[in-house]
Amino acid sequence: MSLLGLLERKPSYGYDLKRDYDGFFGRGKPLQFGQVYSTLARLARDGKVAAGESEPGGGPDRKRYFITDAGVAEVGSWLAEPAEPEPHLQAVLFTKVILALLLGRPAETYLDVQRAAHLQRMRELTTLKQQGGTLDTYLADYGLFHLEADLRWIDMTAARLDTLAKEIRT
Amino acid sequence: MKGDRVLEAREVVRSFGSTPALRGASVTVGRGEILAVMGPSGSGKSTLLHCLAGILVPDAGQVAFDGQRLDTMPESRRSALRRDKFGFVFQFGQLVPELTAEENVALPLLLAGVRRAKALRKARAWFPQLGLDGLERHRSGEMSGGEAQRVALARGLVAGPEVLFADEPTGSLDSLAGERVMNLLTAAARDQGTTVVLVTHEPRVAAYADREIIVRDGTVTTTPPTVAAGAAARGVS
Repeated sequence: MSLLGLLERKPSYGYDLKRDYDGFFGRGKPLQFGQVYSTLARLARDGKVAAGESEPGGGPDRKRYFITDAGVAEVGSWLAEPAEPEPHLQAVLFTKVILALLLGRPAETYLDVQRAAHLQRMRELTTLKQQGGTLDTYLADYGLFHLEADLRWIDMTAARLDTLAKEIRT
Repeated sequence: MKGDRVLEAREVVRSFGSTPALRGASVTVGRGEILAVMGPSGSGKSTLLHCLAGILVPDAGQVAFDGQRLDTMPESRRSALRRDKFGFVFQFGQLVPELTAEENVALPLLLAGVRRAKALRKARAWFPQLGLDGLERHRSGEMSGGEAQRVALARGLVAGPEVLFADEPTGSLDSLAGERVMNLLTAAARDQGTTVVLVTHEPRVAAYADREIIVRDGTVTTTPPTVAAGAAARGVS
């Protein structure tokens, strides 16, 4: 969907799309060219984008891609829909705590280790905010707020471990 | 911990009446380090800060600043030490409402005997870098919470303290104002090589520190070794 959105911004060659994607969304995970062209082929098949004529360039001939009306409608719908509000780490953290309690292992130590790991990641993101550009700030904030929510859960769970242990051992 | 140790608490015990606040808390703070002290409400983190700053005397255990024992030092000497070597920032700024912003910032210098004109000149020099230009003559009632807290930060730093003690410095601010205070606090501290002991219950604030300790039921938990080792392996200090 991000590639389609970038095409709504302006018609682009595959190479330019990859460059824009990496600049806005890549953050250490650059898009492979193969992914760009396979996505464009799928979008063209579904009528969301259209390719212009082949144009000669310095290397192989290349095509400029345009978004269609159907593509613009798709981007509009996607932006209007909220994402599934699903905490992505909850299942792992929850499972580890319950398992530790079930097995009589030190759940509080696990939570301390997890808290420290979360805080370490938050320090890295805070440094990124202080040293990076504007886009880095917004991305780092997203990560920071999510990690903070996890930490609140960790602290609440740590405070209630005794009650939880009694509950699951009966 | 980085650098040589500037502050140390060893097995500190402190009670209020029959209620124990610290039950053998130990911590070492390196020179130039920014240390976050975290923990739930009532865990003893503010009491630990007050003991490290020589405001409270422990019932048992030792506290030392630069090798000098604070727990056995007379109050007059601790008071002089707090004035000359330490700076303080609290949750609600605690500016003197009758004084202007620049007079508030100049207070530690005036108390140390600096002439008024010189103290005010030094105080004013802090206003541009803290984004407080034009507020020099305002009183606390004429400033936003974020502005007042930045004035309090300038007051904490104006005398060039060796250690800045900050107790929930963003506790009364919204996220953006809090972030601005923390950016300025850490930048100024690192510029001056000031050690910071930062009490906070907010992870986003603690993330500005070099490391954190957790105070729980009056004792201190440090970063588990597995995480510290992992961070070192990733080249993160």
